[in-house]
Amino acid sequence: MAEITLKGLAHSYSKSPSSHSDYAIRQMDHVWHQGGAYALLGPSGCGKSTLLNIISGLLEPSEGDVLFDGHRVNELPPEERNIAQVFQFPVIYDTMTVYDNLAFPLRNMNTPEYKVDPKVREIADILDLTPLLSRKAKNLTADEKQKVSMGRGLVRDDVSAILFDEPLTVIDPQLKWKLRRKLKEIHERFNITMIYVTHDQLEASTFADKIAVMYDGQVVQFGTPRELFEKPAHTFVGYFIGSPGMNFMSVSHQAGKVMFGELPLPVNEAVSRSVAAAGSSNIKLGIRPEFITVSQTPEANSVPIEVVNLQDLGTYSLLSFTLNGQLFKARLPEGHAPVGDAAHAVFSDQHIALYVDEYLVEIGHE
Amino acid sequence: MNNKVLNNRAWLLVLPMLVLVAFSAIIPLMTVVNYSVQDVLGPNARFFTGTEWFHSILNDASLRNAFVRQILFSLTILAIQVPLGIGIALIMPKRGWQASAVLILITLPLLIPWNVVGSIWQIFTRGDIGLMGWGLRELGINYNITRNAGDAWATIILMDVWHWTPLVAMLCYSGLRSIPEAYYQAARIDRASKWAIFRYIQLPKLTNVLVIAVLLRFMHSFMIYAEPFVLTGGGPGSSTTFLSQSLATMAIGQQDLGPSAAFSIIYFLVILLVSWVFYTTIMHMQKDKNPHGGA
Repeated sequence: MAEITLKGLAHSYSKSPSSHSDYAIRQMDHVWHQGGAYALLGPSGCGKSTLLNIISGLLEPSEGDVLFDGHRVNELPPEERNIAQVFQFPVIYDTMTVYDNLAFPLRNMNTPEYKVDPKVREIADILDLTPLLSRKAKNLTADEKQKVSMGRGLVRDDVSAILFDEPLTVIDPQLKWKLRRKLKEIHERFNITMIYVTHDQLEASTFADKIAVMYDGQVVQFGTPRELFEKPAHTFVGYFIGSPGMNFMSVSHQAGKVMFGELPLPVNEAVSRSVAAAGSSNIKLGIRPEFITVSQTPEANSVPIEVVNLQDLGTYSLLSFTLNGQLFKARLPEGHAPVGDAAHAVFSDQHIALYVDEYLVEIGHE
Repeated sequence: MNNKVLNNRAWLLVLPMLVLVAFSAIIPLMTVVNYSVQDVLGPNARFFTGTEWFHSILNDASLRNAFVRQILFSLTILAIQVPLGIGIALIMPKRGWQASAVLILITLPLLIPWNVVGSIWQIFTRGDIGLMGWGLRELGINYNITRNAGDAWATIILMDVWHWTPLVAMLCYSGLRSIPEAYYQAARIDRASKWAIFRYIQLPKLTNVLVIAVLLRFMHSFMIYAEPFVLTGGGPGSSTTFLSQSLATMAIGQQDLGPSAAFSIIYFLVILLVSWVFYTTIMHMQKDKNPHGGA
């Protein structure tokens, strides 16, 4: 059982990092509370696996501290940290039976056999591995193997956290949800901190209570799936979460108007004032595809758009259009009136988000 | 469970390969078979002898002794080279220029032709000008490969170990490199000892390359010819005369084509048999022993 704290943590693979780009993980502070189910979400190469390996002790951070329940563990190797890790590709000991695989960590700690047996059987029972106990681990299917590698983490009584490094990559789609449910079940039953690395937002939001979105070596937002959707704290979160992601417009404030290139945007007073007050050359307005309404005729505060195409995705239609030469996506509800090549769009005022230097700035609504 | 479609036309697809194999292996082998059952005295004088040559070969005491020596030799070098090769592969550097340097150094003996290896060692072990022979003599050790059968044996084995352990080491090295890092990381988290990592991760992952290494080394060593021939000439006496040398003496030295053809076939069948037994044993060991039943 542990609360994992990252204090001023940074990591670089180069020996003498000089610029930002030398860092795989840029300086960050973060707390993973005991018993939480967390996901670490981000694209490939954003540093999420590096972060996971620092937590598990496979990597020593170049700067900052890793604390387990307040104790500094930077130098402790993984075997002394009481964590378990499940890797992208199932790691099993080929020549051993499933039983011996599960017993392996216990036997390595010289646990007497009479204590090993009930524990192995208990875990096998939870993971539905009991019928397979006497099988050679080599001949199992990928999902069974992944359960075995998870089981090796669970048999130890002292495990305080389980780290998952994209554990469902090699699992058949129809078995993924089953395994994910199993993870949830285990989380509820054992009250273990779980950190789950993935690049799949669906996987992250079904598994985790809170998601840390990583981008370019930093955690750009840490929140519930709902928060990530409704209030993306960073343009990357807006773009990465949701399907499709948020639309962004680079805007400026000229002569009392919010300009998207040459086009004045019909936004309300609050937005306009916030843009004017931003004081940066990197100002973006974001709007989710869900909050754009499209009609054939001009309406109040609408802008003229050029429709590119309309895809019917079953429960909704996805409209691609250009405005001021930039491509936008809008989600239209089922049964929406057809639109021609030229149409008009309205950006819902209360759902427009303002980003200054890529970070969310609250709009002072009155 | 067998829903495979039977279609004999598929044999046609195998035909080109069959033709190739026929010319490379079957037809040459058949000429040997042809000789082995005849006594050829001249272009127009040949007699069918049946299994007579085979009987005489199998009852030849000197060949039996050569056979025993051959088995002993192959088993000895396997027992040394396989563990040694694994050991070397385990301590070889994993990356950087050191890895390349060690790889090149270790491969050098493999690039030397057989009879050159024999010559190198022949000179190396000479008491007057050879470093090893001279050194041992200076240390007061009575070392002489032309007089002492034990010395000759030890030297041939040492020579073979020097020449061929690199092959085993390289195969094992490539096998070790192909083990994903996650295995070692998982083992650390499971608190596995170094020995456990070797026993349960490295060795199992090496099985396939080891099968190849052992088969290659067995076949190679069972056919060894040039190196001992140059080094000791089969002596002292016939203490280091192996099968291939007996065969060469019989076929080329004495022109006994019939008996040597029979000998070749027996030789070939022995290698085939041992390799097959070995291969099936290993493959059988890898199978799931108890796929059903409880733990």
